[in-house]
Amino acid sequence: MSLSNERSRWEREVVQPVVRRHPERRDGRLETASGVPLERVYLPPEGADGAAYRESLGFPGEYPFTRGVQPTMYRGRYWTMRQYAGFGTARETNERFRYLLDEGQTGLSVAFDLPTQIGYDSDHGLALGEVGKVGVAIDSLADMEVLFDRIPLDRVSTSMTINAPAAVLLAMYTVVAEKQGVSRDSLRGTIQNDILKEYIARGTYIFPPEPSMRLVTNTFRFCAEELPRWNSISISGYHIREAGATAVQELAFTLADAIAYVEAALSAGLDIDAFAGRLSFFFSAGSDLLEEVAKFRAARRMWARIMKERFGSDSPRSQALRFHAQTSGAALTAQQPDNNVVRVTLHALAAVLGGAQSLHTNSRDEALSLPTEESVRIALRTQQIIALESGVANTVDPLAGSWAVEALTDELESRAREYLERIDREGGMVAAIGRGTPQRDIEDAAYRYQREIEDHDRLVVGVNCHEGIGDSCIDVMGFRQDVHDAQVSRVEGVREERDGAAAASTLAALRDAARDPDADLMEPIVEAVRAYATLGEICGALRDEFGEYRQHTVV
Amino acid sequence: MENTVRILIAKPGLDGHDRGAKYIARALRDAGYEVIYSGIRQTPEAIVEMAIQEDVQFVGLSLLSGAHMALFPRVVDLLREHDAGDIVVFGGGIIPGPDVYELQEAGVRAVFPPGTPIKKVIDFIEATRQELPAL
Amino acid sequence: MTGGEDGALGEIVDGVRRRRPRAIGRAISIVEAGGPRRDTLMDLIDGTPPPVVGLTGPPGAGKSTLIAALVSAAREAGKRVAVLAVDPSSPFSGGALLGDRLRMTRHSGDTEVFIRSMATRGHGGGLSAAALEATAILGAAGFDTVFVESVGVGQSEVGIMSIADLVLVVLNPGTGDEIQTLKAGVMEIGDVYIINKADLAGADDLERALRHAQLVIPGTEHRAEICRTVAADGTGVPELYAATGDLLARLDEDGALDRRRRVRVTAAWEQLAGDLLRQWLRERGGVPPAGRVRFGELRDRLWALMDEVLGDTGTGGET
Repeated sequence: MSLSNERSRWEREVVQPVVRRHPERRDGRLETASGVPLERVYLPPEGADGAAYRESLGFPGEYPFTRGVQPTMYRGRYWTMRQYAGFGTARETNERFRYLLDEGQTGLSVAFDLPTQIGYDSDHGLALGEVGKVGVAIDSLADMEVLFDRIPLDRVSTSMTINAPAAVLLAMYTVVAEKQGVSRDSLRGTIQNDILKEYIARGTYIFPPEPSMRLVTNTFRFCAEELPRWNSISISGYHIREAGATAVQELAFTLADAIAYVEAALSAGLDIDAFAGRLSFFFSAGSDLLEEVAKFRAARRMWARIMKERFGSDSPRSQALRFHAQTSGAALTAQQPDNNVVRVTLHALAAVLGGAQSLHTNSRDEALSLPTEESVRIALRTQQIIALESGVANTVDPLAGSWAVEALTDELESRAREYLERIDREGGMVAAIGRGTPQRDIEDAAYRYQREIEDHDRLVVGVNCHEGIGDSCIDVMGFRQDVHDAQVSRVEGVREERDGAAAASTLAALRDAARDPDADLMEPIVEAVRAYATLGEICGALRDEFGEYRQHTVV
Repeated sequence: MENTVRILIAKPGLDGHDRGAKYIARALRDAGYEVIYSGIRQTPEAIVEMAIQEDVQFVGLSLLSGAHMALFPRVVDLLREHDAGDIVVFGGGIIPGPDVYELQEAGVRAVFPPGTPIKKVIDFIEATRQELPAL
Repeated sequence: MTGGEDGALGEIVDGVRRRRPRAIGRAISIVEAGGPRRDTLMDLIDGTPPPVVGLTGPPGAGKSTLIAALVSAAREAGKRVAVLAVDPSSPFSGGALLGDRLRMTRHSGDTEVFIRSMATRGHGGGLSAAALEATAILGAAGFDTVFVESVGVGQSEVGIMSIADLVLVVLNPGTGDEIQTLKAGVMEIGDVYIINKADLAGADDLERALRHAQLVIPGTEHRAEICRTVAADGTGVPELYAATGDLLARLDEDGALDRRRRVRVTAAWEQLAGDLLRQWLRERGGVPPAGRVRFGELRDRLWALMDEVLGDTGTGGET
């Protein structure tokens, strides 16, 4: 079939049904600044090899999804502008959320403090100095109720950056919804729930890999049965990249993690298409614009092929790789921080040209401290300017067909495949992580990168060149000591006020479930949460049963 | 081989971002020092125990979560309590200017912001080791 | 801890005997630095090393994790334990990155456990000469057992014998380790061969290969032991710990431990004599003018001198 016939088929069979339900937007003009109309999608010239085109690129919304997961992409709706926020107490974060929603943000993204991420209550000894620092402190359902106070959970989508205790926070969210009178099937959002990259790159693990993978598959099942609109995982290359991986490594290790999750879920007896459609991804958007765009496109094509060829899924929902992007924090500099606004713009542009479903833009002072409100606003405005003024959102996958971008897309795929093959030979990603090979690859790449900067083989403006202008002074939000005390007395209050016997019995039931490797953990966790057992108590019970993971790789 | 400088690079607190700490550790190794890396999530008590057992001359603390005001001075104090106040403590990470001053008052000898060239750290070590007692 | 040389050293030695970590740490640094202070310190310490158990094997085999697990077993038996973790110095910069102890953090806060990382500082044997002296210091500080982990690549594993009473060779299934190590000649030095990560595929193959090799405990006619462990979760570790204790007792009864110690002391004497001769020659600007001393005469006089100096120190002397 010729390309133009293919196009007609695609318009008829794929685009029209979608456009009937979700018309293309009318707020921005779907034409250039000087009035040249923009086509929905641009194709190779007539006479090009149609079969080859379909094989490697395809039409937007069709296998292999290289050009995007939806047929109209941003012509239908812009990406979700989702700024990660959270600090101090639940009350303060709740206020920030409501401010962001008023400012036009379309989704919430919760950052948790480190004690929460590692399953400690705020009054635990190891929480000293950390409470409310890098995110909000959540100790029990009581905090979660405050966090979403006056935010109708059936009308927002909420992303939670939570991994080792993801099941517990998800349980809290569903119970809060219950109390708001919102049914489970109308909840939309994402839990990060990606434990493998914690071992590789981010470090907020609790349990050893085996029980951790069990918790992951338990949440997959829970979401498949109870929360049909919830993304049960966000398989994250972001932190792998931030830890120093190259774009190729980010691509390869993220997909290798994804393969490991799919295999774990399949061996737990789940049907591939029951959960694969709710897998989502999370990538970094860095400064090398062409390589980043190629990376996103390669990721979609590789995942579609993996789902089809390796796991035998024919469902487009399972094959389509949907991803959230965040602009690179590691690319920002403490020197001349205002320059970071420009860097973030490049990163965000790469994410949009690469077809992201949602995007967080970092604030310029990210490399210095928690961002101020003004910096957060500039970051959000950056996305809005790209959406409303740049015009890149008005035609789908605008860089397709660029010889450079297509060649890079192919090359990144082929290099990432080499890593995947090696990981298969090592017995899969869990085994490879056990041997420490991906960790070593990342450390070597990070070391090389930094050495290049030190040796001036790689230039970073304001850091090793053009540094003469002097650092501009920006207003940095200070760290506060009062949050710790407030949170400690709060969690103590919760323990006093609740029905202690009820909390204890739910925790005992959770321990029993943990001891039986075939038992489901989600429902006992939901019950414990409902009885106001704290996060630290729930994770503590699981720590007792599962043990704790210890870092074992050496630099 | 005499007076080989030994340095403990340690990560107090709960944050798992060890890219910077690992870079410093490797770069100092390449500069000829013996470097012990603590791994993530170490308490001040554990760091001081390591510093003493390893008999290092320097302890470099890396922290990105913002808990430095609680944790860095604690390491300095514990070293002094354990008759090891001569061990030089320096730090790095996301540390706002006013905090740098306070940390130095508390006995942290130097604070290096993100992106500090390794040469600066080496210069600091070389200048400071002159003050140290010979073995 | 500086100033008045012997006074300061005396203070350190006193601290070592009182089991003060700060003093133990300093003392090990002094022997690492070498030179006359080292010699004075060692004379003052006058310690006997406790039983020293060495672990060697390829990188990534799980030696540190296994040591951490063995330390737990020893602690449960009420023993005070020290660990020396030896890693190579970079041949280019002389620096070293010592990361083994991060796998042993479960013992932090336990004052009855002392962990020290050491770099080889240019010693080809994989173990610094200072490691042997460090074991004596740890003995003086009242530790019941010392575990030594050494770099396990190529011929350097053999160096573990210059310090350990008992040598454990750590291997993994499915990695082709057996072939590598058989080639490297490690199979002559082990008293115990450990199949670590025994839950991985290939453990049976590795065990078969080891049994087929009919390994013998060096200096005896006994078969070397073969154990399976999963260090990460502790499987097989209590058994390994018990086997280690039994084997030490058996080798002691046998006289094998004593023979090994004598070999070590002999080697240390050789090293010392050679070092001294070299130093003497260097400081005197080479040999005296030719013809003053003939070889035969030199030999006889040195021999007599050695008889006089070393003859009555006996063979049980310690370094």
